[in-house]
Amino acid sequence: MKIKSLAAGVALTVGATGFSMAAFAADPIKVGILHSLSGTMAISESTLKDTMLMLIEKQNENGGLLGRELEPVVVDPASNWPLFAEKARELLAKEKVDVIFGNWTSVSRKSVLPVVEELNGLLFYPVQYEGEESSENVFYTGAAPNQQAIPAVDYLMNEIGVERWVLAGTDYVYPRTTNKILETYLKDHGVAEEDIMINYTPFGHSNWQSIVSDIKSFGSQGKKTAVVSTINGDANVPFYRELGNQGISASDIPVVAFSVGEQELSGIDTAPLVGHLAAWNYFMSVDADANYDFIDQWVAYKGDENAVTNDPMEAHYIGFNMWLEAVKKAGTTDVDAVKDSIIGVSVPNLTGGYATMMPNHHITKPVLIGEIQDNGQFSVVWETPSTVAGDAWSDFLPGSKDLISDWRKPLFCGNYNVVEKTCGGGEKVATN
Amino acid sequence: MSIIRSLRLLLTACLLALMALPAQADDAQAKSLLKQLADAPNAKKGAVISDIASSGDERARQWLEAFADGKLAQNEETGDFVIVLENRGRNWTVADALSGEEIGEVSRRDLDSIRVNNALRRELDGILSVIDLTVQDPEKRLTAARELRGSVDETLIERITALMEAEANSDVKAALTEAIAIYKVDALGDLDAVAQLSGSLNIDARAALTNAARSDNAELAAAAQTALDQIEQKLKLNNAAKTLYFGISLGSVLVLAAIGLAITFGVMGVINMAHGELIMLGAYTTWGMQQLLPGQPGLALILSIPAGFMVAALAGVAIERTVIQHLKGRPLETLLATFGISLILQQLVRTVISPLNRTVVTPEWMSGSIMINEALSLTLNRLYIIGFALVVFAGLMLIMRKTRLGLEVRAVTQNRAMARSMGIKATRVDIMTFALGSGVAGLAGVALSQITNVGPNLGQNYIIDSFMVVVFGGVGNLWGTLVAGLSLGTINQLLEPWAGAVLAKILVLVFIILFIQKRPRGLFPQKGRAAEG
Repeated sequence: MKIKSLAAGVALTVGATGFSMAAFAADPIKVGILHSLSGTMAISESTLKDTMLMLIEKQNENGGLLGRELEPVVVDPASNWPLFAEKARELLAKEKVDVIFGNWTSVSRKSVLPVVEELNGLLFYPVQYEGEESSENVFYTGAAPNQQAIPAVDYLMNEIGVERWVLAGTDYVYPRTTNKILETYLKDHGVAEEDIMINYTPFGHSNWQSIVSDIKSFGSQGKKTAVVSTINGDANVPFYRELGNQGISASDIPVVAFSVGEQELSGIDTAPLVGHLAAWNYFMSVDADANYDFIDQWVAYKGDENAVTNDPMEAHYIGFNMWLEAVKKAGTTDVDAVKDSIIGVSVPNLTGGYATMMPNHHITKPVLIGEIQDNGQFSVVWETPSTVAGDAWSDFLPGSKDLISDWRKPLFCGNYNVVEKTCGGGEKVATN
Repeated sequence: MSIIRSLRLLLTACLLALMALPAQADDAQAKSLLKQLADAPNAKKGAVISDIASSGDERARQWLEAFADGKLAQNEETGDFVIVLENRGRNWTVADALSGEEIGEVSRRDLDSIRVNNALRRELDGILSVIDLTVQDPEKRLTAARELRGSVDETLIERITALMEAEANSDVKAALTEAIAIYKVDALGDLDAVAQLSGSLNIDARAALTNAARSDNAELAAAAQTALDQIEQKLKLNNAAKTLYFGISLGSVLVLAAIGLAITFGVMGVINMAHGELIMLGAYTTWGMQQLLPGQPGLALILSIPAGFMVAALAGVAIERTVIQHLKGRPLETLLATFGISLILQQLVRTVISPLNRTVVTPEWMSGSIMINEALSLTLNRLYIIGFALVVFAGLMLIMRKTRLGLEVRAVTQNRAMARSMGIKATRVDIMTFALGSGVAGLAGVALSQITNVGPNLGQNYIIDSFMVVVFGGVGNLWGTLVAGLSLGTINQLLEPWAGAVLAKILVLVFIILFIQKRPRGLFPQKGRAAEG
């Protein structure tokens, strides 16, 4: 415990020294940052903490918000799911922050959810997730399954002509839900049961020999085969390495991943991965001025010429700017006022377009398919013609296809059943 | 004289002009071809690629190769085409695509990469392979011919048939014949070609036959099915060999991770929960070595073997001196204290180095695989690790059996008081033994850096497995660790295909629990006095 609070303390001082602005009129506006700085998830989440500190620093240089300074409050939930709830409570009850940016894994979000709802806070969640959730107090700036998985499958089916599918994932809620959605979607599109292979592996799985060998023989049946990977975190590196070693190249069996970004690629030798695919809403290689400016800013902030940007960082960039706009529009940081004013707010994204907050607290995003290049970057090979609005409740799951979410009055409901015309139909689905 | 001289001058000038003219024309043509490539939509790029390949330009191969790698780009401002040499960071080093001269660094903002995708890359591979079929080196021709299997289409078939007939090398000829047969089965449903493919273990051949077996032509379908059945027979044997190899290679990883623990826990009886972090230190040493010797990953890896041993051994001694020696005979406290140390070490690495995984490069001679036949290839990195594990095991056995240190270690662990009265310095032996066990953990880290992530969590993933192996094998017995590691690895790999990775792991654990119920002292229990001590 001592180490954890020490780490949090250090992070706090580091955050606080970033400010040199002197003349702010009133009390600062507090922005809570709830990302793990230690433990397994530190690998992904610590970057998001830095992103938030950078964005806040820049906003303060530009005069803060409503004439007040923004003050980051960094806590370290240490990749410990119950601790996320405690730290969220600390941020809201003790620090009295006006907004929280945080979480990575779905399980940590589920742990924070009741606290944020109870204390009426605001949470911006920046990571792609499985959907099937809509909270009055949470804004989902990452992709829902219809903004990542479904378009990626469409691309493979229509552009590459894939007929056999391997759905490989890590064994937890996001891959299981996503694969359930994809399985239904594929079957709706005439894919036979025996042409789908589903495989789950534990977190951090490192011995991929027999699974890769299975995939190889599954793919040698004469039909074009692809792997849809929801393999999470560390397990990806040995997986791709094994693919390379067993001689499976992207032109034989392409792998499309939903959790492999620039950050993950920066930890591996990318030579054997060239040509494998990833579906995201942002790539560092996107040719847009907003993106180049963001990269310049990030490189300068990190002081590292090779620092990479990734999709969840863009989600925080969008979420933060949306919150700024909403506060300006409302003229106050009051949570209820901001919740009302943020719906419909549009801010530029980093791919040269705009993101709009929808009434279901999800945002519009373009969907990009990128191929891995040997420099650890992606080259965009396909993108949706326009942005796609996030769908909280999947149309491809029996329990949720009749549900919609609309946080505008008079409906004001996160799980409205359009058939039964009642609010609350999603409870059964949401708890699984 | 002067007339001759001026004549000669004139002649030279004419010659020069003649030589310059076609070069300029070529450049103009080349530029227009590249422009077509850049401007064409993806669906039309294929045609431009064939144009470039058949343009006869010597630089065509270079362009197409750069294009396949996504390294052909156009400068937005000047419109010149460049080949990207170095594409990391915000400024890229480029060379002119036409002259080949290096231009220097250009900002990424100003470059428009010509986009390539898998479909185009497949086409490019085919074309590049055909170009490679005409080179001198038979090895290169063979690789190219193998590449061509499954990617022959109607545009290439005539050229390839001609090349096959002219081919002198029998291996290349066989590969080309197979490539043509695959095309014939796939596109024409040729019965003779089906016969040629029977017995082939090639993945594309099998794919072609599977498709043919589903065709409406009953005769063709039957012939293809017979061929497939033959292949299936061969495959069964290969698959059994493959599973065994997978099992042994997983087992050797387990042995490596556990064998250090077999000394500290098995021989000394110290429950060292920080064992995993000692493995992690070894892996980080490999990374550090590669940072010190950039460009020589192989040498760095070899030097990491002694370095990783030393780093982990020193860390082990530090742990032993500061914590473990004060907790002698109190296993519960030792367990908790070393668990604390493991958390400290993890966070230390996170704070000092980075929470992100580090890239450890696999040297050239360790990547890829040895192909026994088309269906069975042994991955090289795993093969090296199996060998390394055996060498480490043999080395440890030697130390324990044949050296004075080994004798003293055995004496101290059997009867501490008696050994001391015989003049053995027990404290020194404790330090040396713990250093040895920790050092071996460091060696495991060096090996693991080649197959898994080098990050702060590396050790955590192996600590449970290590204890499992040591307990299963029998505490205090190195042979037990070897047999236990290899058999657990094999059992796991046998179960995995039908039970899935998660269930296989659970089943192995359940098996061990049941086994320990029956034989609490493991596979090879210690006998005699050692067992009582």
